[in-house]
This record gives sequence, structure tokens and C-alpha cells, in this order.
Amino acid sequence: MTDWLTPDEWRAVALSLRVSLWATALSLPLGILVAYALARWQFWGKQLLNGLVHLPLILPPVVTGYLLLLTFGRRGTVGQYLDQWFGIVLAFRWTGAALAAAVMAFPLMVRAIRLAIEAVDPKLEQAAATLGASRPWVFATVTLPLILPGIIAGAILAFAKAMGEFGATITFVSNIPGQTQTLPSAIYAVLQVPGGEATAARLVWVAIGVAMAALVLSEWVARGVARRIAGT
Amino acid sequence: MTVQIALTHRFGGFALDVAFDAPPGVTALFGRSGSGKTTTINAVAGLFRPDQGRITLDGVTLLDSQRGLCLPPHRRRIGYVFQDARLFPHMTVRQNLAYGQWFAPKGPEVGGPGVGLDRIVDLLGIGALLERRPGGLSGGEKQRVAIGRALLSRPRLLALDEPLAALDDARKAEILPYLERLRDELHLPMLYVSHAMAEVARLATTVVVLEAGRVVAAGPAADVLSDPAAAPTLGLREAGALLGVRVAAHDADGLTRLDSAAGPLWLPQLDAPPGTALRIRILAQDVILATERPQHLSALNVLPAVIRDIRLGDGPGALIRLDAGGETILARITRRSAQTLGLVAGQNVFAILKALSVAQQNVGATRAPRA
Repeated sequence: MTDWLTPDEWRAVALSLRVSLWATALSLPLGILVAYALARWQFWGKQLLNGLVHLPLILPPVVTGYLLLLTFGRRGTVGQYLDQWFGIVLAFRWTGAALAAAVMAFPLMVRAIRLAIEAVDPKLEQAAATLGASRPWVFATVTLPLILPGIIAGAILAFAKAMGEFGATITFVSNIPGQTQTLPSAIYAVLQVPGGEATAARLVWVAIGVAMAALVLSEWVARGVARRIAGT
Repeated sequence: MTVQIALTHRFGGFALDVAFDAPPGVTALFGRSGSGKTTTINAVAGLFRPDQGRITLDGVTLLDSQRGLCLPPHRRRIGYVFQDARLFPHMTVRQNLAYGQWFAPKGPEVGGPGVGLDRIVDLLGIGALLERRPGGLSGGEKQRVAIGRALLSRPRLLALDEPLAALDDARKAEILPYLERLRDELHLPMLYVSHAMAEVARLATTVVVLEAGRVVAAGPAADVLSDPAAAPTLGLREAGALLGVRVAAHDADGLTRLDSAAGPLWLPQLDAPPGTALRIRILAQDVILATERPQHLSALNVLPAVIRDIRLGDGPGALIRLDAGGETILARITRRSAQTLGLVAGQNVFAILKALSVAQQNVGATRAPRA
């Protein structure tokens, strides 16, 4: 297989997978928390949080990328302290690409999980409480297992979105081969070069393959879990 | 084990203001839908927080709004059986039962005999269901599993919110005996919400009647159910007295002889061995009164009694409360009959009951009502 793609192209594919996996894995706990808060809690600023979460879905990706650069860039409002205190630099690194992908995919993840939480009958959670389960236990033993299909769907949706993220990524971390050049950036780069169509075609096939695999996998897992929790 | 309940809460156009004590045994909260029954036991279980209130269970304060104290539901240890069983769909029956056990306090039994998994499974007859999932169970099976799950959490009190309301008559008849066994064998105090008089009459040791958010009658089941003053709220057709009886013999012609303080009674064959203590509900409208011992009459059951009081209704009916050998019997006759016969309090009469008129559902295979 290795001779099918050039080492540079492989690097782009591998980087995209790594960026997407990290983006999904790290944003998942926060995604569940935010989805739970939006679905179940009443608090001041709920609409603000909801708007903030959905902003990347509505804003042009370039704007999101630019805002990330202002915030998390080396001299950014948050970025300078990350650099000073923890030595963490996000701009123009693959970690920054992961952050950009996570931010862009976050609304999709939250929406899927929130729908799943809203579908859980709070009466079941009440029943668990009368049996002696505290709030965290109720969540771990009743809510979480019941929303697992939604979590899986949300995670895979987020992963697919992260794989395809382009605008915010290229604005925030640029397009450095081996560093920040993800699959979409690589396709964009080769298309800028005359005669790059053959390379682009191969990468496009990879992109389609990964997307299809993610979709099939999510359907398969979600169906299995749904059958398990249907209670028959 | 006594529960003391006092709470007030103002909803939009409805005010709840109840106060009563629930002594050991089964305390039935009886009333029409919307009378505040469910809200009251939800407050006891901690699922609803009233404006004002104080609830104590065996000396433990569950709620005291003046002190700002409100224990969360998971620390109250009140087993709750909901109308819609609420089994966890992602777990098997066994896992559902184990869920109650998981959070139950460990260590030696605190109250009463052991309520281990085997005992509960046996008591409720759910052994064959253990590996199945709730989705495949019938309504009656679900409800029995829900009762078992609540019991295994080793509750201090079992709260049941119309546990039979969603079931058909056959399923109700299937579950009632199990509830009677819980009352008599586990000695677990229960708060039982219902609007079905037949269930209340069979299970309750204490009855609290709610109407529009207020307690209109409360006391021992036999007293409240045979109280003519409470009859309009309980429903005139449902008015009747509870009678403690003991199976004496099964006669060859298909009748069962019962002994009671009021005298012998014959009912159609009952499925209980001689010596079994039962309580039967005699509906007021099934009782006929005579001022002399009747002759040439088909009715088998003729009990001598003394009239305690007469309550004339607004309509054509009258409720007569009788004392028969210390037991209370309620008779519902027309005002015209009462006047024609010249009935007065203190008069000796005979109460006549057709053997066939006591329905099987009004026979509880349990201990006498005055526990």
C-alpha cells in the first residue's frame, strides 16, 4: 500500500487521523458535560452558552480560525500564558490543528448527545434515586448507558467533521507539510500545482474511504447498542 | 415505624394542605385523581419539595422546611413502586433487582427478617424472569419486578403509587396476594396510593381519605370505610364494612362456612384451608335489614345486630351503621324503608346478606383488619 501514496501523502493522511482522533477524544468529556447542561439544567447564561457552542457552525470557518489565532496564537490572549506557564504552543503546530478541528466539530457532537439525553426519561433517573443512587451514580449507571448510542454517533460525526476541517485549520495553523498539512490541506496544496490532479484524486479517494468507514462503523455500533438498551 | 406527614403547597389553582400519621402497616391514601395523593407520597420520597412541610420517618427527619432541611431522595431509603414500573431497559431483570441491592446499606439486617434476593424472588414468583429484559415482560411481571427491586434496596418504607392502575383485572388479581404477603410476612410499612376501593379495602390497615388537597377522613381502615360520614367521598356504591373472619369448614354443597364475631356466614367456596384468617368486605348495598328474624327466606346469612346510627342522605338513600357482635356492618337502604320500618338507633334488627353477593375480589387472604 505504501507505494500507492507517496510518503508526503501518507504523512498528510496519518496527521489527519491523529488530529481527528485527538480532537474527538479530548472534546468528548466536555461535549457530554455541555450537552447535559443544555438538556437538563436551568442556569443563567444558558442561551449564551448554546450560542457560543453553535457559533463555529454558523461563522465562516476562516473567521473561526482567525479568532483562534487571536486567542491561542503565541501572543494571543490565552496563548501567551499557555506558552509562558506550560510551554504549550498551539499556533502552527499539529496540536493547533487538533484544537481547530475540535472547535469546528464541537457543535455537531453536542447536538447529537443533547438529543440523546433529552430522549432519556427523567422518570428512570428518579427511580434510580429512590433506590439509593446519588446523582453521579444515576448518571453513570442509568443516563450514560442509555445515551451511549448518541455519544457514539456524536463522536463519529465529530471525527468525520474533524477529518474534513479545512478553513479554520489553514487559517490558524497554516499548511506546513508534515506539521500541519492535513488531508484537506494537502488536496488543496496539490490542486495549486499544475498536474497535481492525479495526486488529488488519490487523496480524494482516501477521504471518501475514511468518511464512509466512519459512517458504517457508527451505524453498526449504534445499532448494536440500541438493541442492547431497547430492553428486549 | 411511624411516618408523620404535614405539608402545604400552593399550585396555580390548587392548594395542598395535609397532615396525618401513618402507623405501622399499610396506610392507604385514597381519593380521586387530582386530590393530591401522588404529590403527597412524592414529597415523602423526596421527588417533590413542598413550600412548607415536615416529614419524619421513625424519628428521622426527612423534610423540615423551617430548618431548611430536605434530604435528597437517595438518602431517604424509601422504596418507590411507580405506576409505570420504570424498570431500567438496558438491564436484565436480575440486574434491575441487583441495582436496588447495590446501594442498600450493607451489614446485618436492621429491620425485620431477611429480604435477600432469593427470598424476594420466591415471594414475588419472578424466578423464571431473571435473565429476561424488561421489554419482553407483561405489565404484571414488570410490576412484580419493580416491587422486588424496591424491596431489595432495604427501604424503611415502601411507597406505592397506584401500582395496579395500569393493569387489567386479571393482572391485579395476580399481584394483590403478593402485596398482602409483603404486609404480613415482611412487616414493611407501606404508603399505598390508590383510587380503587377494592384494593384499599383488601390491603389497608389505615386509610387516609383526601379530597381537593385536604384530609377528610383518617383512621383504622375498618372505621373509616364503614363511617357513613365518609361514604359520600368514598363513593356510595363502594361503601361497605370490613369483617374479620376465619374459615371454619368447606361444606359438601360448595359453600364455605366462616366464623366471625358477628356470627356464622356462608360464602361460595373459598380457596383457603380451615383456620385461615380472612377479611371480607361487605358492600352496604348488598345488605338487607329486617326487624324480625325472617322465615322462608332464600338468603343464608342472617346476622342479629343493633343499629348504631342512621345517616339520611340528600337523595333517596340512607346509611345504617350496625353493631353485630362488636363488628361493624354498613347497610344502605332507602329512606322510605327506614321510615316504614321505623328504624331508630339502639333497635335490634337482622342484617341479611346473600351468600353469592360477596365477590371474590372482596375476600382478602390475610389477617384481620384491626391489626
